[in-house]
Amino acid sequence: MLKVHYFAALRETLGTTGEELTLPEADMTVAQLVEHLLKERSEAWAILKDSSQVLVAVDQTIAEHTTSLAGATEVAFFPPMTGG
Amino acid sequence: MISVQEADFDIGTLYAALRAEADNAGAIATFTGLVREFYEASDKGAKPKVQSLFLEHYPGMTEKALGDIVDQAQERWDVLACRVVHRVGELHANEQIVYVGVASTHRADAFAAAEFIMDYLKTRAPFWKKQAAGDKTRWIESRASDELARQRWE
Repeated sequence: MLKVHYFAALRETLGTTGEELTLPEADMTVAQLVEHLLKERSEAWAILKDSSQVLVAVDQTIAEHTTSLAGATEVAFFPPMTGG
Repeated sequence: MISVQEADFDIGTLYAALRAEADNAGAIATFTGLVREFYEASDKGAKPKVQSLFLEHYPGMTEKALGDIVDQAQERWDVLACRVVHRVGELHANEQIVYVGVASTHRADAFAAAEFIMDYLKTRAPFWKKQAAGDKTRWIESRASDELARQRWE
């Protein structure tokens, strides 16, 4: 099972804090996960494809859309950080 | 040492801990960030003061990201001891929000490491601010200047 988290403004846009899902294939990339998530969902979800507005972390480390999810347990999508 | 907490912090206590840990330090640089009374200018006319700021974070990744940033600083500079404290949850104007303290043999390394940690923290640690002003709430947007500040260390 893969845990997917959504944070901050993105969490509010999508209306969910996260979900658990089983990947259709074991060695998908982040980009393929995004395509999988977009299926049968509202237009709002397309924002996940926009890497200027949405960042991704795989197993709590900043990743890219080309990053493999093989062996990963946790993926998170969120807006650019605004701490400090 | 890294702490992500709701509670306020005492910079005197944090400074004393740095001095105790790095007893041969020649310099300690400390930075404290405060919540400003700002309001992003999307509305014309009256500018209500920020009533509160809510800090959301990604538990687990936050500590990991801050730990990675401190590790990088320790690789680049002579860092004898380091403290990073970041508050989360609801904060109000003028409250303390973040603290970075670095003890080093000489001031140049202490200043540089503290600035590096802050520049990376702002753009690489998963914190997000949502402000409430008047009857409106809005998420603070990231600033290109913060990303440029981080990039100059690359």
